[in-house]
Amino acid sequence: MAIPPFETFYAEHSPEVLGLLRRKLGRDRADDAFQETFLRALRAYDRLDHGEHLRAWVLTIASRVAIDVHRRARPTAELPELAHEDTRPAHEDLGELTDGLPPKERAAVVLRYGYDLTYDQIAAVLDSSPEAARQAASTGVRRLRKEQST
Amino acid sequence: MSVPADLDRRFRDAAARSGLLDAGYDLVDSPLGRLLVAATERGLLRISFDPDPDAELERIARLAGRRVLRSPARVDRVHRELDEYFEGRRHAFDLALDLRGLTPFSERVLHELARVPFGETATYARLAERAGNPRAARAVGTIMNRNPVPIVLPCHRIVGANGSLVGYGGGLDRKVALLTLEGVLL
Repeated sequence: MAIPPFETFYAEHSPEVLGLLRRKLGRDRADDAFQETFLRALRAYDRLDHGEHLRAWVLTIASRVAIDVHRRARPTAELPELAHEDTRPAHEDLGELTDGLPPKERAAVVLRYGYDLTYDQIAAVLDSSPEAARQAASTGVRRLRKEQST
Repeated sequence: MSVPADLDRRFRDAAARSGLLDAGYDLVDSPLGRLLVAATERGLLRISFDPDPDAELERIARLAGRRVLRSPARVDRVHRELDEYFEGRRHAFDLALDLRGLTPFSERVLHELARVPFGETATYARLAERAGNPRAARAVGTIMNRNPVPIVLPCHRIVGANGSLVGYGGGLDRKVALLTLEGVLL
């Protein structure tokens, strides 16, 4: 599927992204997170290989930004869980299977194996390098295998 | 839910400042109707009459890259100079141009076109001659018709050998309006 101009992508998904962020963060903190989400998407947009799952991709970026905002607000607290059913942009089965993984590994596994995104794209979601994204996915898969075998 | 206008504008301004945009554009009202104006880091990329934004966006993305965003800040200077021109306060544009994707001959023709001053006209044949190919008047007509940045590159100042207006990519009415603004036509 062809990748649309960024304006088209932004116009299509910005209302839903703002809705997600307001539910997670409240109105005030959602505004900064909204800007950060689309700047991250913009940064990675020219490296996308295809135009599939753009909605899932940007909602996952928004979820990651929300986690970062929580973490900054409460530096010593536990990491919050990833989004729940209504917003979780994950392939259903893989979503269930990966419930127990740490958020970063879970996002990497779901996006790699559920949505077939490249490590470049996943890196944009995690705001990390492609190599770190690859590591998160492979650590996640190893952890799942270990859980399956016990 | 729609995105509030101030939040939307903050993102668009931040995107323009980030240096991440391949091109920014805006829709600008003018006496000739609504114009779509697009610019890159290099300079002004396009001015379109009667724009169909979706088709224009695809065209800009093919030329400059897919990170195209409506961003008034990105084309602020073009907008200001166009306003001044239409108000009669500006006779020459002081804008960098991004004329990528053109053949060498088109580039030479547009370079010569840029030198036809406010309030004067030249013929297609004369422009062809100045660009180094006196027999290419018809080709010059085609190049005028496809001028990526009309008004700023003044293809409205190019007329037939007998003084007839011949044609205009944006419609003859607009050619008449521009030449009237410049005092060539009464």
